[in-house]
Amino acid sequence: MALAQEIQVWDREELLTGCQAVAQAVRLADVDVISAYPIRPYTEVMDSLSKIIADGQLDAEYIIADSEHSQFEIAKHASAVGARSFAGSSGTGWMYGFEALVVAATDRLPVLFLVGNRALDDPGAFGVEHNDALAIRDMGWLIMWATTAQEALEHVLIGYRIAEDKRVRMPMALAMDGAFLTHSQHMVKLPTGDAVRRYLPPYDLGERRLHPDNPISIAPQVNEDWVMELRRQNWEAARRAKQVIAEAYQEFNGIFGPRYAAPYFTEYLTDDADTVLVGMGTVAMPARTAARRLRDQGHKVGYVNLRWFRPFPSEELRACLERFKAVGVIDRDFAHGSPDSGGVLLHEIRSCLYPLRERPAVRNFITGLGGRDISIGDCSRMFEIAMRARDGDTADELVTWIGVRE
Amino acid sequence: MAETTFIPFEKVKTVRDTPLEEMYTSGHRTCQGCESAMVMRHFSKAAGPRTIATGSTGCMYVANTSYMTTPWIIPWMHTQLGAGGSSAVGTSAALRALMRKGKIAEEKINVIAFCGDLGGGDMGLSGISAALQTDYDLLIILYDNESAANTDIQATGMTTYGAQTTFTPPGTKHRIMQHRWKKNVAPMLAVGHPTCRYVATASATYPPLDFHNKVRKALSIGGPTFIHTFDPCPKGWDYHPQYSREIGELGIKSGIFPLYEIIDGTVSYSYDARKRARTPVREYLVKQGRFAHIIDEDIDYIQSMVDSMWNEWEIPGVAPFKGGLEPAKN
Repeated sequence: MALAQEIQVWDREELLTGCQAVAQAVRLADVDVISAYPIRPYTEVMDSLSKIIADGQLDAEYIIADSEHSQFEIAKHASAVGARSFAGSSGTGWMYGFEALVVAATDRLPVLFLVGNRALDDPGAFGVEHNDALAIRDMGWLIMWATTAQEALEHVLIGYRIAEDKRVRMPMALAMDGAFLTHSQHMVKLPTGDAVRRYLPPYDLGERRLHPDNPISIAPQVNEDWVMELRRQNWEAARRAKQVIAEAYQEFNGIFGPRYAAPYFTEYLTDDADTVLVGMGTVAMPARTAARRLRDQGHKVGYVNLRWFRPFPSEELRACLERFKAVGVIDRDFAHGSPDSGGVLLHEIRSCLYPLRERPAVRNFITGLGGRDISIGDCSRMFEIAMRARDGDTADELVTWIGVRE
Repeated sequence: MAETTFIPFEKVKTVRDTPLEEMYTSGHRTCQGCESAMVMRHFSKAAGPRTIATGSTGCMYVANTSYMTTPWIIPWMHTQLGAGGSSAVGTSAALRALMRKGKIAEEKINVIAFCGDLGGGDMGLSGISAALQTDYDLLIILYDNESAANTDIQATGMTTYGAQTTFTPPGTKHRIMQHRWKKNVAPMLAVGHPTCRYVATASATYPPLDFHNKVRKALSIGGPTFIHTFDPCPKGWDYHPQYSREIGELGIKSGIFPLYEIIDGTVSYSYDARKRARTPVREYLVKQGRFAHIIDEDIDYIQSMVDSMWNEWEIPGVAPFKGGLEPAKN
């Protein structure tokens, strides 16, 4: 707060889509290398960046790649030489580059990629589904979901800061719901360059920079001799990330004002709640509205918006959810063939709650697939099912598909 | 043949003039008689210490770079099988951005990506094509030993017609399983990328110093450049390791692997197999166990294809257009 008085922190306010807000953040972060390839809906960020560069507002190499695989490899190799790099994709394009996503993490290169969530083919669908970003969940990435354009902009800065920290050096996936966030317009406050420079130090890969002055060999063949130790190092980095994340939010609040009460998730109307829904992304909006309306009818319901998926905030979320009698987990994804045929988030949260002596009742909702709208009514229905679970009613299945024609 | 563009570069005339410093030294475990290892040795020697190399997955990754015994004196980084082109683009783009923005010292740093025939000629072709469209200074070397040589000798799109590999074994019903004619990669890239100023083919050891000078020339001309090398492989081609250089020489003298440079669209032959008497391909083929199962009929077919390449192609050994330019007939 002290800093906010010292220097001008906010520059101006503009009406921007989620993608345009991310493009502005990439400009503010003084990114050096950008690799682009078109696919809806993330692609608007590249449309914006190409114009920003054409107009001389950002000095960066802008490469139009021949595929997502090349796009991600270009960013990965640029990052290894010491350039702050940005790329992104959606749905099936994200999957096309999957191999490059894996090595960016095992090479511990702190690129930041935008995932404009999109359903995977076949059949073709432009709409949001989270399975694309979730596919890298076991690969050593930092993964978070933004809920508003403002939050997306700020998490490009927060993201680079965490990813590039010497203690971490992991790639960062910034996910946002296709169309609902990538293409919806919000009033967005843009920070000043001074404030961003104060917050985000220059990218320095130090002793791991690939340069003739530092002639190292990166990623030689290791086989069984060393791969286990290297996997362990990746995990240690993810473990250290928790502390770095805490510092990054503290510092952000210090410079830009009290923006975030906690890094990993945001609670809404939970103080005296007995039943909550948990979800990621733009479903927060109808869910919060539904919670408010149910509150008007006297129900003690709230909403937990999970921002960070990797590292998964087990301790923090366990301590939060322990307080409630029932938890309804919203999955905008589906984990085919998984235990009890639920969503990815269900399994993570059930696993997180397992050590508790007295666990809240859990219900899971598969909804909004392929970009189908999740209405306030849908959210009310989810609350009702969760409240029945709160009351010990076992009539409902563990997993309910909401908004599907059956 | 028209005069080729003058490229200012310091030509190495004798072996004694080559730099003493090795940039690729002990620590690798390539096979005896490995010609691809000679490609590694000579490209890095020719390029010198102010170079960054990236290497695609392949035998020159797996056999070269075991953890903690790297043979590379220059900075080197692994890249994925199909990422030869994009690794070079990413590396070059980073250097350009960082130098322009004053984040690192301004100097000329060579960027060289190498990939095998599977990585470069098949999977990575699209990425290499995109790299050759850029204006970055980079050199892509496709080292071609005509198989997935580390993986168990599997056929690729660049394996010679008729060759036995683990994917193309001769059987009682089908004598020949590799029925694809070798992909003509270097000319495909030259034809498809009019702004790429330098494309060449080479052999690491024949004629002596030819490859070394082609690397120097490629790096001097600048922009994106491409060299395709012809690398006999004792393990994959099944011959005694002492004959690697000889088999390479026979491949070039028989005309089955044409040797040339394409500089600013002008072809010049490093070995003109039209003008000199071509050694019959039989002499090249019978020295290799991978052709032990083929019969005279097959050898005649391969010979006829090689003869057609040199006698009928519009640009002999390079571009497979025949019969001149004709007006449309219907």
